[in-house]
Amino acid sequence: MENNSNIRHQTEIDDRLLRKEADQEDLEDALFEADTSAHEKADGMARPAMTYWSDAFRRFKRNLVAMVSTIILIIIMLMAIFQPMLSPYAYDDQDWANTNQGPSKEHLFGTDELGRDIFVRCWEGARVSLLIAIVVALLNGTIGILYGGIAGYFGGVADNIMMRFCELIVSIPQMLWVVLLILIMKPGIFPIIIAIAATGWIGMARLFRGQVFQLKESEFVLASQTMGAGSMWIILKHLLPNTMSPIIISMANVIPGAIFAEAFLSYIGLGIPLPLASWGVLASDGANKLLIYPYQLFFPALLICITMLCFNLMGDGLRDALDPRLRQ
Amino acid sequence: MAKYVLRRFISMLVTLFLIATVTFFLMHMIPGQPFEVTRETPESVRKSLEVKHGLDKPLWQQYLIYMNNIAHLDFGISMKYKGISVIGEVAGGMPISAIIGFGGVVIGCLIGSVLGSVAALKNKGFVDYFVIILAILGVSIPNFVFGSLIQRYLAVEWKLFPIQGYKGVQYFVLPILAASFTNIAYYARMLRSSMLDVMRQDYIYTARSKGLSENEIVRKHMLRNSMLPLVTSLGPMCAGVLTGNFVIEKIFNIPGIGQSMIVSIQNFDYTMIMGLTIIFSFISVICYFVVDIVYGIVDPRIRISK
Repeated sequence: MENNSNIRHQTEIDDRLLRKEADQEDLEDALFEADTSAHEKADGMARPAMTYWSDAFRRFKRNLVAMVSTIILIIIMLMAIFQPMLSPYAYDDQDWANTNQGPSKEHLFGTDELGRDIFVRCWEGARVSLLIAIVVALLNGTIGILYGGIAGYFGGVADNIMMRFCELIVSIPQMLWVVLLILIMKPGIFPIIIAIAATGWIGMARLFRGQVFQLKESEFVLASQTMGAGSMWIILKHLLPNTMSPIIISMANVIPGAIFAEAFLSYIGLGIPLPLASWGVLASDGANKLLIYPYQLFFPALLICITMLCFNLMGDGLRDALDPRLRQ
Repeated sequence: MAKYVLRRFISMLVTLFLIATVTFFLMHMIPGQPFEVTRETPESVRKSLEVKHGLDKPLWQQYLIYMNNIAHLDFGISMKYKGISVIGEVAGGMPISAIIGFGGVVIGCLIGSVLGSVAALKNKGFVDYFVIILAILGVSIPNFVFGSLIQRYLAVEWKLFPIQGYKGVQYFVLPILAASFTNIAYYARMLRSSMLDVMRQDYIYTARSKGLSENEIVRKHMLRNSMLPLVTSLGPMCAGVLTGNFVIEKIFNIPGIGQSMIVSIQNFDYTMIMGLTIIFSFISVICYFVVDIVYGIVDPRIRISK
C-alpha cells in the first residue's frame, strides 16, 4: 500500500515537472527513462487464488437454507454429545412413581411407561442413530471408492466380474439382506452398522467407477503413469480428488437413508437391544402408544423429521455448491 | 431384440440360482438350532422333528434337496405352525399386498407425475414451491410415523375409515394413502427434475422453431422424454410392491406377505424366512428383467449399446 501511494505521488510530481519543463522546452533525459518499478507487481497476484473448494464454500455460505440446516445439525450433534452428560437423569433410570407423565418442567418431553425421561432418551437415541448413520456413510464411502476404483481403473474382465457381483447383491431387496445379516449377527449397534453398510456401498462403487471411467484416459493420469506411479496411487491421489464432489453429495444422502433403515429395523423388532435407545426404537415404541400417549411418538418423530429435513436440505445445498451445473 | 431378451433371460436364471444358494448358506450361518428355543424339547421329539425337516442330513445333501425342491416350486413348510407352507402364505398374502402396493405406486405415480410436470412447467411458481416442500417432507417423515398419524386422525378421531384389518374396500383406503405418500413425493421430485432437464435440450428448440404449438411440444416431446427415468424406477418399485410393505401392513394389521415375513422373523421360523427371502428376491429379479425389456422397447439406444 505504502509503496503504491508513493508511486502515485511520484508520478504526480513527475507530471507537474513535465508540464513545467515542457513549457521551458528543456527536457532532461532522465525523465524518459523506463519506469520498471511496477513490473514486478504486474506479474504478482492481487489476491490469493480462488481454489475450487473455497469457491464451493463461498457458494454454500450464500445458500441460506443450507446454512441454517447445517447449523441446526451442528446443534443437534452437540446436544447429542452433551445433553446425556449434563442431564440429571440417565437414559435407563426408571422412576415408577412417574410413569407415562406428559411433558412438564422436570421432564421436558415427559416420561415413558417405565418412568424414563424421554428428553434424555431422545438425545441418547440421537447418539446411537447418528453414530450408525455416520459410520455407515464412511464405511460405504471407503469400500465403494476402493471397489469402484479398482473395477473402473482396471476395466475389462475384472470390471465385468466385479460389477456382476454388485448386480447380484442389488437384485435382492436391500431390507432382506439387512434382516438376514442381523439374524446372523444378533441385534446391536455394530451388527446394524455392518448390515446396512454391507449392501449400501454398491451405490458409491458404481458412482466412483463411472467417474474413474471418464477420467482414466486423461493426460494427468498418463503423466503419472509415465513417472511410474502405481495403480492405487493414481486411484487415490489423482482420480479420487477429482471426483470428490459427487462422492460428498452421495455420502450426505446416505446418512438419512441409514437413519431410516435403523428406524425400520426397530419397527419390525430387530433394532437396538433394550435398554439402549435410538430414534427408531423411541419412535416405534411411541407409534404403538400413539392412541393413549401421543407425546411419546411426537418428540422422537419430530427430531427424526427435523434431522432428515436438515440432512436433505444440506445435501441439496452441497450439490448446488459443489456442482453448479446441476442446479435447477 | 430377441438376442437381447435371451441374454438377459440367461443372466436372470444365473442370478436366481446364486440368490438361492447365498440365502441357503446365510440361513445356515444363523447361530443356534431351529428347535432348541424357549421350551425344553425332549431329545426324541427333537430328533424326529429334525428328521421331518431333513436337518439330520449333511449340509450339502440338504442343499441339493432344497435346490431340487425350489426347482419344483416347493419352498418348504413352516417350522413353527402346523399346516402352513411358504407357498401357501405367499399365495394367500400376495394379492392383498399387491392391491395395497400397486395402489400406492399407481396413485403415487399419477399424482406425483402431474405435480412434478406442472411444477417444472410453472418453474418458480406456487406449485413448484409446493412440490419442493412436499418432496422434502416425503423423504423426511418415516412411513410408520406418517401411517400412525393418519390412522390416529382419519380413523380414530374423525372415524372416516376403519382403523385396521381387512374386510372390504373401505379398509384399503388408509393403507394405500400411507403407501402412496412417499411415492407422490418421490415421483414429483423425479419428474420435476427430469422435465427441467428435458426443457433445456436442443430438440425442444428445434420443435419450437418448427412452429409446433406449446401444447404439442409438451405432450409429444417433453412428457415422453421425461418419463424415461420413471420407467427405470418402476422396476424396483414393483418389486417392492409385490414383496409387501412391511411397515404399512403391520400398522394397519393387513394379512399380506410383509406381515408374514415380520411374524416369521419374530418367531425365528427358519424355513419361512428362507423361503420368503428367496421368493421376494425372485420376484424382484423378475421385475428387473421385465423392466429391462420394457426399457429396451421404449428406448432403442439401450439395445444398441449392449
